[in-house]
Amino acid sequence: MTATAPPPAPATKTRTRGSAAAAPSPRRNKEGRTPGAFYWMVVPAVVIFFGLHTIPVITGMFFSLTNYAGYGTWNFVGLSNYFNLFRDDRVIASYLFTFGFAVVSTIAVNVISLAIALGLNARIKFRTAFRGIFFIPYVLAILIIGYVFNYLFANSFPAILQAVGFDGANILADPQWAWVGIVITTVWQACAFNVILYLAGLQTIPGELYEAAGIDGASSWRQFRSITFPLIGAYFTINMVLSFKSFLQVFDQIVALTAGGPGTSTESIALVIFRGGFQGGEYGYQMANAVMYLAVIIVVSFIQLRFLQRREASF
Amino acid sequence: MSSTLQGAEALQTTAAPEPKRRRRLDGGNGGTNWWLTALIAVCSLTVLLPLYFTIVTALKGPDQLGGTGFELPAEIRWQNFADAYQLTNFPRALLNTALITVGAVVLTLFTNSLVAYAIARNMHRKFFRALYFYFLAAIFVPFPIIMLPVVKETALLGLDTPVGLVLLYTVYGLSFNIFIFTAYIKSIPIELEEAARMDGASTWGVFWKIVFPLLAPMNATVGILTCVWAWNDFLLPLVILSDPSARTLPLAQFIFQGQFNTNYTVAFASYLMALAPLLVVYLIAQKWVVSGVMRGSTK
Repeated sequence: MTATAPPPAPATKTRTRGSAAAAPSPRRNKEGRTPGAFYWMVVPAVVIFFGLHTIPVITGMFFSLTNYAGYGTWNFVGLSNYFNLFRDDRVIASYLFTFGFAVVSTIAVNVISLAIALGLNARIKFRTAFRGIFFIPYVLAILIIGYVFNYLFANSFPAILQAVGFDGANILADPQWAWVGIVITTVWQACAFNVILYLAGLQTIPGELYEAAGIDGASSWRQFRSITFPLIGAYFTINMVLSFKSFLQVFDQIVALTAGGPGTSTESIALVIFRGGFQGGEYGYQMANAVMYLAVIIVVSFIQLRFLQRREASF
Repeated sequence: MSSTLQGAEALQTTAAPEPKRRRRLDGGNGGTNWWLTALIAVCSLTVLLPLYFTIVTALKGPDQLGGTGFELPAEIRWQNFADAYQLTNFPRALLNTALITVGAVVLTLFTNSLVAYAIARNMHRKFFRALYFYFLAAIFVPFPIIMLPVVKETALLGLDTPVGLVLLYTVYGLSFNIFIFTAYIKSIPIELEEAARMDGASTWGVFWKIVFPLLAPMNATVGILTCVWAWNDFLLPLVILSDPSARTLPLAQFIFQGQFNTNYTVAFASYLMALAPLLVVYLIAQKWVVSGVMRGSTK
């Protein structure tokens, strides 16, 4: 960036843009203007992205103000879909379930992943092999893992529990505890990716810090609290936000494990939108639900980022 | 491409022999921590046991089910795989999934890196800066809000096909990939490009001949992430694909639950066959995959 500036090409009649000339640009450009090719590189992508991502969001918001069933005619109904959401027990229950699930899973995944990553980063034998094993679940489809765990919860675990003298029952058939089975399956799969992320973070910490702390007689826990955790704080923040956001969209494993049951006790927001929107003739209403969901996700993400960043800074 | 990759990988994964690069957690120069090794080994069983369970169940006959299910099969029943193969039309589903995944990876690598390049090199311009934040903001939009409208839209445009899916994966991955690519492109010295331009290369030529090859490590990372996502995705094929013969592997497992219902061993054979391709690829290219994903997180 600080290299010698190439002489401005005199021959080209550059239509130097005022802004480009006035604002000292971090990246110099020989001609002083953007080559048209750069626009050709982005414009088609932007158009397609707008068409397949932003247009659906906008049409969705539009239909959230109607009583559209997904077919046939529709009328504007104002904000009544939104008011009805707050009176719909099924929707409220799905929000409570989804948030409870996401909070528990996020904490469990991040704590367990960090612990495993610390173990894998320590002086152990067969480090590469273990790392390879812990990463396996990442490449497996969560839907299929869900079917495997479904069988385990329904048949194997009760059999094992009964063998050691407990009252074994299928956890997934119990409206009160089915969510635990979903959390276990989710954690099993999601830890793989997070272990790798934390491991990447841990490897950025220079070993000299630990040597110095060791000479000063700091305990392992003290070293973790005063060196490791503050230095991977950025990873912790990002992982917490990203995993929470992805757990709020939980769908596949619920389909495989409980299909929202027993009753509707494990219906996530995504599942309610899917069922109501595609099968229940509630297109407009579920779009209102989806818009509400978007608003909630944005608010939660920002609160999380602010809160976690402040924590990080205060270390 | 491969030489750069191997170089990067060697950097990432070399363990002991390197004299003193990064001292591990418990510092000092003590030997192996065997207690911790044992603990990690026990923890790794939680990963391995469900996989072991899947394999042995797929090899059993229906009469051998029962008990905890962790027992080894008394007699191996290969017929399960033949049945599952027939029932789910496995070769077709495998081909669909493979084509969609390859298409998504290739299209993503070529287009997303291009867009990221244009944005990264023009961040000082309002237009490109605005685009960057537009794409970034899209990361916060959850799929369920897009789900209902995009199904109508793709049906309308005739994109309710594997081709449409490839396009959707490319488009929906764009936000995150731009994020990864731009950070990396900024670390590539611009002097290289300027030198090429002096020699008369066009902007396109600079990208394809100079920047794209330099992006190899990030292309590997993005390729792995896209591949795993497209291969294992369930919701998008479920809502988008209208033709039953276009079914992907996860979708086939879902569709055939009804037929599997009483026949768990065939179901598990089918699960195993659906999980196996990516698992085998991973086991072969394990080091490369892990370091690829790690690279993506330490921009």
